[in-house]
Amino acid sequence: MEQDINITIIDREGVSHTIEAPTDMAMNLMEVVRSYELAPEGTIGICGGMAMCASCQCYVLSDTELPEMQADEDAMLAEAFYVKENSRLGCQIQMTPAMEGLKVALAPES
Amino acid sequence: MIKTDILIIGAGPTGLFAVFEAGLLKLKCHLIDALPQPGGQCSEIYPKKPIYDIPGFPEILADDLTKNLMEQCKQFEPGFTLGERADTLEKQEDGTFIVTTNKGTKHHAPIVAIAGGLGSFEPRKPLIHNLESFEDNGVEYIIKEPEFYRGKKVVIAGGGDSALDWSIYLSDIASEVTLIHRRNEFRGALDSVDKVQELKDTGKINLITPAEVVGLVGHHELKAVVVSQAEHIDKEYEVECDHFIPLFGLSPKLGPLGNWGLEIEKNAIKVNNALDYQTNIPGVFAIGDVNTYPGKLKLILCGFHEATLMCQAAYQIINPGKRYVLKYTTVSGVDGFDGTRKEAPKAVIKKIE
Repeated sequence: MEQDINITIIDREGVSHTIEAPTDMAMNLMEVVRSYELAPEGTIGICGGMAMCASCQCYVLSDTELPEMQADEDAMLAEAFYVKENSRLGCQIQMTPAMEGLKVALAPES
Repeated sequence: MIKTDILIIGAGPTGLFAVFEAGLLKLKCHLIDALPQPGGQCSEIYPKKPIYDIPGFPEILADDLTKNLMEQCKQFEPGFTLGERADTLEKQEDGTFIVTTNKGTKHHAPIVAIAGGLGSFEPRKPLIHNLESFEDNGVEYIIKEPEFYRGKKVVIAGGGDSALDWSIYLSDIASEVTLIHRRNEFRGALDSVDKVQELKDTGKINLITPAEVVGLVGHHELKAVVVSQAEHIDKEYEVECDHFIPLFGLSPKLGPLGNWGLEIEKNAIKVNNALDYQTNIPGVFAIGDVNTYPGKLKLILCGFHEATLMCQAAYQIINPGKRYVLKYTTVSGVDGFDGTRKEAPKAVIKKIE
């Protein structure tokens, strides 16, 4: 089994959670947030992870090298609110060993 | 007053399949949905995406699943109240319920089945400080009646299919259509993008990109929008208009359902999953993604199962003590309320000599 990685997620109330995420279950960041219930059900991952709703938008705070943004994520962020330079969609960030040390803050609900 | 046996809140896959199962038990259904079309998330969020875990369908587009469910239940003649949100639930002295929508449409039924998914879809509103003061005075989030815009100056904001499609549609009706998007790229279907390009080239659509509406101007009535454009140098200017239509998609909210006296946990309605998916209010059921119980999975296939058991319990409430045994559609066929009958072809019995 592959090693779990440590990531830090700041929830919408500003509380920081450092958690372990599995890298062998094909989970993405949005799903990790849901599995730890760091955002209320129904407020994150509404489209299920298709980059079609932006409910999992987060701000990347670490200098972790992230997977390149695909066209659908880029287009969705162009329509989302509260978007910043470091905005990404959590559903498009897969949990791999390279994500060790990742730190993000969840964007406000909209 | 609309009267029915089972009033279903939500016309997504679970609600539509409940119509079929209820019909087999000779119970009539009426559905209320905030969206203008049936299908729920399948039609609103991902109509063109494939689903791989519907039993018996190795792959089916969400749109096609909706179409199939509509076809499957049509002989049971469900009624629909679409484009209206179920707002209040009132229990009557005789134990029946009256559900009233935000537009005042009243529905009366002995059974209410909430199949509301993640809630009703509400428009996502852009962050413009004085937006709400112009609602219904020049700002609309949903286009209900295109003719309303005849001869008017319209500004549409957004970069998806609905922004593109309505810009195209209104270019023939409105006196002026301006489409504003934060990017030069659009997310819609390719032919819609091409069509907007063509209309832009012929001067029928005024395209402003990359730009954003940052303020509204007017006294009671909308006179103009303030546009911030960020090409080369940032500049801000006003675009005169009668209507501003921000189309940034819809997001589901549990909304008024939260005030119906139901037990809510994690934005979902708690139900009795040992038996019939009834809520803490007898006669009110919750099925599909909207409910929760230990081990709950938000899957369409689980919604189908829950809908089926709910209908059996509804039958018992509506027909207390009446005997009934489960029948297989293959054996007994399907008798529609519209007089149609589906049945398995009779076996051919022929002697071999």
